[in-house]
Amino acid sequence: MEFAELIKTPRVDGVVLHRPFMPTVEGTLCLTGHHLILSSRQDNTEELWLLHSNIDYIEKRFVGSLGTIIVKCKDLRIIQLDIPGMEECLNIASSIEALSTLDSVSLMYPFFYRPMFEVVEDGWNMFLPEEITLTLLTDEWRLSSVNKDFGVCPTYPQLVAVPKAVDDDTLRKVATFRHGGRFPVLSYYHKKNGMVMMRAGQPLTGTNGRRCKEDEKLINATLRPGKRGYIIDTRAINVAQQAKARGGGFEQEASYPQWRRIHKAIERYNILQESLIKLVEACNDQSQSMDRWLSKLEASNWQTHVKEIVTTACLAAQCIDREGASVLVHGTEGTDSTLQVTSLAQIILDPCCRTMRGFQSLVEREWLQAGHPFQQRCAQSAYSNSKARLEAPVFLLFLDCVWQVLRQFPCSFQFNEHFLVLLFEHAYASQFGTFLGNNAAERLKLKLPQKTVSLWSWVNRPQEMERFLNPLYEPNNLVIWPSVAPQSLLLWEGVFLRWNRSSKCLDEAYDEMVHIIEYNKELQSKVNALRRQLAQLETGDGLLETP
Amino acid sequence: MEHIRTPKVEHVSLIDRASPRKPCVGTLYLTASHSIFVEHDAERHRETWVLHSLVCLVEKLPTTPAGCPLLLRCRNFQVFQFIIPQEKDCQDVHASLTRLSRPERYAELYCFSFNPNTDKEAREEGWSAIDLQAEYRRMGLPNHLWQLTMANRDYRVCDTYPSDLYVPKSVTTPIVVGSSKFRSRGRFPTLTYYHRDNHATICRSSQPLSGFSARCLEDEQMLQAITSSNPGSSFMYVVDTRPKLNAMANRAAGKGYENEDNYSNIRFQFLGIENIHVMRSSQQKMFEVCDLRSPTMTDFLWGLENSGWLKHIKAILDAGVFIARAVAEEGVSVLVHCSDGWDRTAQACSVASLLLDPFYRTLKGLMVLIERDWVSFGHKFSHRYGHLDGDPREVSPVMDQFLECVWQLSLQFPCAFEYNERFLLHLHEQIHSCQFGNFLGNSQKEREELRVRERTHSVWAHLWMNRADYINPLYRPDHSQTQGVLRPATAPYCFKFWRGMYCRSEQVHQRPPTVTDVLTTVREESQQLEAELSAQQEVPRGTAHPPVLSCFLMMCKMEIKLCALHCIFYLLKCRFPCHRGEPESLLQGVARNKLKSSDPDLSTNSDQESGVTDLSCLSPSSGEDSVKDPDSDEAAYSTA
Repeated sequence: MEFAELIKTPRVDGVVLHRPFMPTVEGTLCLTGHHLILSSRQDNTEELWLLHSNIDYIEKRFVGSLGTIIVKCKDLRIIQLDIPGMEECLNIASSIEALSTLDSVSLMYPFFYRPMFEVVEDGWNMFLPEEITLTLLTDEWRLSSVNKDFGVCPTYPQLVAVPKAVDDDTLRKVATFRHGGRFPVLSYYHKKNGMVMMRAGQPLTGTNGRRCKEDEKLINATLRPGKRGYIIDTRAINVAQQAKARGGGFEQEASYPQWRRIHKAIERYNILQESLIKLVEACNDQSQSMDRWLSKLEASNWQTHVKEIVTTACLAAQCIDREGASVLVHGTEGTDSTLQVTSLAQIILDPCCRTMRGFQSLVEREWLQAGHPFQQRCAQSAYSNSKARLEAPVFLLFLDCVWQVLRQFPCSFQFNEHFLVLLFEHAYASQFGTFLGNNAAERLKLKLPQKTVSLWSWVNRPQEMERFLNPLYEPNNLVIWPSVAPQSLLLWEGVFLRWNRSSKCLDEAYDEMVHIIEYNKELQSKVNALRRQLAQLETGDGLLETP
Repeated sequence: MEHIRTPKVEHVSLIDRASPRKPCVGTLYLTASHSIFVEHDAERHRETWVLHSLVCLVEKLPTTPAGCPLLLRCRNFQVFQFIIPQEKDCQDVHASLTRLSRPERYAELYCFSFNPNTDKEAREEGWSAIDLQAEYRRMGLPNHLWQLTMANRDYRVCDTYPSDLYVPKSVTTPIVVGSSKFRSRGRFPTLTYYHRDNHATICRSSQPLSGFSARCLEDEQMLQAITSSNPGSSFMYVVDTRPKLNAMANRAAGKGYENEDNYSNIRFQFLGIENIHVMRSSQQKMFEVCDLRSPTMTDFLWGLENSGWLKHIKAILDAGVFIARAVAEEGVSVLVHCSDGWDRTAQACSVASLLLDPFYRTLKGLMVLIERDWVSFGHKFSHRYGHLDGDPREVSPVMDQFLECVWQLSLQFPCAFEYNERFLLHLHEQIHSCQFGNFLGNSQKEREELRVRERTHSVWAHLWMNRADYINPLYRPDHSQTQGVLRPATAPYCFKFWRGMYCRSEQVHQRPPTVTDVLTTVREESQQLEAELSAQQEVPRGTAHPPVLSCFLMMCKMEIKLCALHCIFYLLKCRFPCHRGEPESLLQGVARNKLKSSDPDLSTNSDQESGVTDLSCLSPSSGEDSVKDPDSDEAAYSTA
């Protein structure tokens, strides 16, 4: 077993663990292939089990022979381990570094994890693409298996929904005209008025304005006679212009006269990663200066990104719901900002996406199947000081936006904030296979459904689910329009200040809320029972009266 | 009435900032106390009432083809924009409102004409609802350490203090008089809060007239007596809430701060809260941020930082935390002062009391606290909140900041406060509106001279009567958070922008219900169900052959019961509305928002006009029919 080679010291006694807002624990530190474990070996104290894959960065410090390792986690937690003995400390540190940066996916914990629970409903089979889209299909749309062997588009799933009027040959041609072969596919069908949202990669117009008749035909096929559609390009116009030089580009008015193009500036990649790093740095700043905090918060630009994404999603939703127009969304690759917009727009438009099951389905459909490269994006989090290449908190930003909407509409979501935090954690480090790989093709190759457990299998067990249900939920079938004013968009404390403050009082308030709602339900059922009793009495009395 | 040039203007449009494209047309009436806008719509006849005394600025904007826009800015941060067709009418209304919103004499204030339907007895009872002597008794005074001094009877020693004051038992009238001569405006050190658990106290005063070297034996004796009145500690803290630089500058004017060498057993500390002028301009800067049209996140955060507002709020809370910690954890008494001891001192003392004693976190307790630390100790309400046309340099949001501190604390301790945000907002409004006499004038003495007790009504009775609206649903008297001393975190990120207060004009309409709204509704419903159930249990259990009489009684009771049940089911139905046909349009929001003289509490964003409408708010105001949220970037959406 190759892990053993990486573990230089498997066990150290007398290690002291410091965690924010928790008492220090002294105990034995153990390293296993996938976990860092600290146990005081007393019955009543909690053990620390930390996945190596959750470790973003470690720092070493020495005072005499006492070494200290500061472990910075991808979930933004920072813990400190005081380890007696210089050599042990160095060994532990280098072991952790090696184990937390394993190259091979197949060495990741999900391939070794065996569930301690019975899998009742297998999450791997819960959201099959056929089922997902089946409900959306009308006589205008069909499921195409043109990508069955991932030959047309390596980042698309095997089945995609496309207009019925367009055959597979046309799709193949369109794929050559779109970045990464990501030809326009159906993302969302608005039942109310039959309008649709599609997503794609950028068109490869290049500097000389290449056209593709098939592409025009495909997207025009989604328009109602005499109607116009909207193309939402998630890049600023100058960024889109620059893309031409690299073979990309955008839809020219001349070629797409029935479409109106709108540019919105949603940032990508390293800009987002830097934004996250700055934000987390601001949150961890111990200085007591208000000016410094506000200026760092502002300089991180994180809230600006949130505002931009929510605004663009509102725009897409408005085009569909208010203007009665179909929408095509793309950025460059169509795997990041595009998905933020299409998935958030569905939260706004579709009440199903605000249910537990519906939201899981949305993540599965619009993120996992749609080819968001989770493994690349979530390889590092806010503490890593290695140069970010493909890392970016794209999914975290999406979750942040969902949280903003949830906070503004506290009764319209079946799930609660804890569920969003859970998804954030598991996207970065998990015992489940759900977020491994970068696209459907990779997942198939890794045989994830056979070899790993799905996060959904675990979450949807009634025992677990309970924690993630919103007690205030009342199904609301309407479109919800979130406010995008800066004062309506708050810092997501549940993630960014989670380890910097005691949550005791807020947790108590949550419990109190649950208590109030449950008590009310209890009373209601009592009254209902009495009512039935009364109804019986009433008829009984009626009988009494007659003689 | 002589100031009203035009009592009525027809065809006026009221623009809602939430959706400026949909004005509603109606008639604007000017009365002695209110501007009233009545919408012309035959079906709805909605009314918007704006109290003149709440208006802080009347602004005539440049004429447009639609007419002359007139902007009313209110002291509770609401904004109303009317469009008046005729230039002449607009001028008249502008002139009338400008005059009416700036009363020159106390007699013009609304509280002297406000006449709710209550008899004399009820009014007097209202005035005795909050009794400060009872409050001192509640704290355990007088006792073997502290006594009531007669020195300030008839305001002989200090005309801005109350007449009844507590000083250490050993302090004689000559010491009081001597000490008062050494303090700005005669405001000598006196007790404001007594911590029963350990005898530590919070005392307050104004700055000493120490200059660079002056001393006063009586003042030194006074402080020594305060220290000795706390058997648990050999020293006391003297806290100057001003920044050190300000305090030092005061020395040149013969004022200043205590020299540790002259007083035995004191530890001196500056707490760095800025003065009223800094606070006024800070709040002004913050309004400018709130006023921005479609600001970017950077505009907003930069503006918030630049205003310095949250920094000041943090400074005040930090001061409160320092004092509370000294009292509760170190068991040391604290003397608090600033310059005159009626602004920052009031803030610091009341925040500290709130942290120390759970009583002040109850509805009644906050009233008592405000009555004690603010009203009785001579916070200059009329100057600070510009009740009369006067020196604008006297105006400052001192009380706003205290209320905001309470709100910030309620975010950290959601179960600890019996009152909710709405209570703080209404309180804020009442402080500015002068509908009640409590906050009139600048001292207890002035209020007595104005005979407010005979001529006006008390706000406390009014708020108490409507207390159901102000209850925090998460509060439980037996909850652990409601017990003992609060120890808030004061890291910068703990402080939030108070949208409920500063974005009043936009928030009243079309907002999905907050968690508090929902929980309040659920709790009310639970109470009704409880009442129903307990009533039900009184019904005698029918035996197999009940005697005729009891059977009859049972029938009678049952009829009532069924009625009640129907009510409940009706309410339940309202709780789960399906598609409610017509969504509320904007003006309904305004109409809800109207200020009726008989019930001024409808004046803010009360969704609680009646139980039934309130229940309907469980379903967020959303949907295809509803008007889009005011905040969403309109420009970004104009895609057509």
